[in-house]
Order: sequence, then structure tokens, then C-alpha cells
Amino acid sequence: MPIDVEIVSPEKRLLARSVDMVVVPGSEGDLAAMPEHAPMIVMLRGGVVSLHEGSQVTDRFFVAGGFAEITGERCTILADEATPLERLSRADGETRLRDAEAAYDAADKSDITSLEPLLERIQSARAQVEAASV
Amino acid sequence: MPSLKELRARIGSVKSTRKITSAMKMVAASKLRRAQARAEASRPYAEAMQRMLAALARSSAGGPNASRLLAGTGQDRVHLVIPVTSDRGLAGGFNANIGRTTRNLVRRLQGEGKTVKILPVGRKGADYLEREFKGAVIDRIPGSAGKDVAFSAAEELGLRVTAMLERGEFDVATLVFNRFNNVMSQTPVEQQLVPLSLPANDDLPDAATKGGAIYEFEPDEETILARLLPRNLSIQIYSAMLESAAGEQGARMTAMDSATRNAGKAIDRLTLNYNRTRQANITRELIEIISGADAV
Repeated sequence: MPIDVEIVSPEKRLLARSVDMVVVPGSEGDLAAMPEHAPMIVMLRGGVVSLHEGSQVTDRFFVAGGFAEITGERCTILADEATPLERLSRADGETRLRDAEAAYDAADKSDITSLEPLLERIQSARAQVEAASV
Repeated sequence: MPSLKELRARIGSVKSTRKITSAMKMVAASKLRRAQARAEASRPYAEAMQRMLAALARSSAGGPNASRLLAGTGQDRVHLVIPVTSDRGLAGGFNANIGRTTRNLVRRLQGEGKTVKILPVGRKGADYLEREFKGAVIDRIPGSAGKDVAFSAAEELGLRVTAMLERGEFDVATLVFNRFNNVMSQTPVEQQLVPLSLPANDDLPDAATKGGAIYEFEPDEETILARLLPRNLSIQIYSAMLESAAGEQGARMTAMDSATRNAGKAIDRLTLNYNRTRQANITRELIEIISGADAV
């Protein structure tokens, strides 16, 4: 029994497929969505979404962050953009990482609430560099 | 009675006007198709977001430290009005309708003694409102200028509105835009952005959520909500911009269609006039010749 995966961005639906399992990078760790999964809403960190069919990984996408809604029948990933791993650019990730680190260095360290998004940006950029280097 | 030469010139000029209006109609029609396709493409994301928000609202309704985006500031003093218009005219009543709706809204709020700030999107609305309400327009956001609406533009505006709310610069935000009903008709609607009005459970299109699936959240509801709400604001602005862009092309298409038809009618009338004048001239000349021949 397959699970329907959808990756959508605000501008368009990037992917809609039926697979056996999908692994999403949750903010507190990766999790696998399979049919009959308990309904769940997860915040995503920057990382790799991988689609599994049988014991094979058929597709891998990098997402910079977003949300996922998982129910027993489907898994909807709300991402700003999803890039197939083979087209992911390491140089782009490094630029993002530099920008994010510069923004973090420039930020006011006493305001903890504003630091959190900046740290997440760094994490997401690092994940992109890492994913692109594999 | 205009001379034949004048009539010929008039017919010529109306004909070239008709060429322009019919070309504009064609362009609007093809842009409309694009705009509609983009509006269609943005729907899955918006729907998923609505589902998630509804689920979150059900499980954490009325938390004490609910975000300002959801609960508002608890006051109702300063209103932010965001009218969405196009950058170009020649679209029938498209921009005028938004102008009128916004004016009525602002007048009503001012009548109730509230401070109103206006943040217009699109040149046409900004021009009109700056004339109408001097000083109330705090800035103007460029529209899409007939090109595709980019999400980044909506997001930028969304972040700006969020930042303004955090600084306490307004209490209630309302979006005024043209809802796209069909090619022929667009209705101006007011949509309250802050505090957010969540859809009632029974209004949701999806049967799965109506069944009342209880979601688990990771991390907790509040963290997700804090992230989701600004996102949702941008999405709402984005879909309003998309509707408005499609509506603009629809309105322009309709306006240019009737302009083309009117030009055709004017040409017919002028041609009839031209032919009558021409025949009258011939008759007159004949009479002159005949009476001249009689006199000889």
C-alpha cells in the first residue's frame, strides 16, 4: 500500500507521487512517513527528503525548511523550494552559509528570539553544503 | 455637416484605435490564461496551509501567549488598509472599484474615530488614494506591472506587515482586492488579515479534516504556529495578488472587447454618414449641371 507524497511550494506543486515510504527531515530528527502513520504536523529543518520504493531510494530532494503534514494516506510537504539532489549546487550552499553566518555575526546577541531563525538559516545552509558534497 | 475629407480622416483614426484595442484584448486574453494557471498552481500550498492552521487552532485555541498575528493586539484603534490594484489602467472599472471600496472603508473607519494607515499595492490605487487621503498613505508597493506575480514580492510585504505589527504600528489589517469570479466579473472584497479569522471547521473542503483527525505536533503547537502564521499571512497576500492579477487581465479583456465593438459601431455610423454625404454631393453636382444645361 503506497503513500501519496506531495511537495508544494507557494508558486506551484513540485511533485506528486505515490511511494512506499518517504523520509522527511523534521526539526527534531528525521522521520519516515509510511501508510497508516498517525496524523502529524512537523516543522522541517534544512535537509534531504528521500522517497523510497521497495528497498530503493528513488528520489532525493533538498528542502531548505518548511512544514509537513502527514496522515495515514498522504504526506504533504510545504517547502519554499525543493531541489533534486543531483542538481543541488555546493557553491550556492556555501554562499548561503557565508551570508547566514555574516547575518548571525551582525545580529544583536542579547535578543535570543531573533537569533533562532538565524541559527536555523546556518543549519539549513550547512545541510545544503553537506547534501551537495555527497 | 463635416466634409468628406474630415469624415475619411475620422474613419481612419477610429479604425486604428480599433486595431489597438483588439490587439490589447488578445494580449490580455493570453496573459489571463497565464495568470489563471498560476493562481491554480498556488492552490495546493494554500489549501494545505489552511488545513494545518485549522488543526492547530483546534488543539491550541486561545492560548494565553497566542501570537499577535492570530489574536491581534487586543485593541482596535489603528487600522492598516492594503488595497491591491494594477499598475496600468484601461481595465474598465477594475481599479475604480477598489478605489471606491477602499474610500468607503477608510471613511467609515475614520468616522468611527480610528486612525487609518494605507499601504497601497499597485500604482493606480496609490495615485488615487494619495489624492484622496493625503498623509494616510504610508508607502506604496509596486504592483506586478502586468508580469507574473512573484511570491517573493508577497513575502516581502508579509514580513513588513508582521514587523509593523510587532512594533505596534497598527491593530487591525485589512486587505482590499478584486476577487476573480470569472472573466466578466470581479468583485472587490475586504479580507481581514490581522487578527486572523480562521475558517470554521465545517467550511473546510477536505473531508479528512472534518473527520476530526487529531494531529500530533513536532515540535509543540506554539512553535509551529509562530512559524506558520507569518507564512500564512504572506500566502494570503500572495493569493490576493494572484486573484487581482487574473482579475486585471479579465477586466482589461472585457473592457477592450467592448471598446473594439464600440469602435466597429462608430465606424459603421461614420461610413454611413460618409456615403450619404458623398451621394448628396453627387446629387447636388448633377442638379447643378442639369440646371446649368437648362439655362444655356
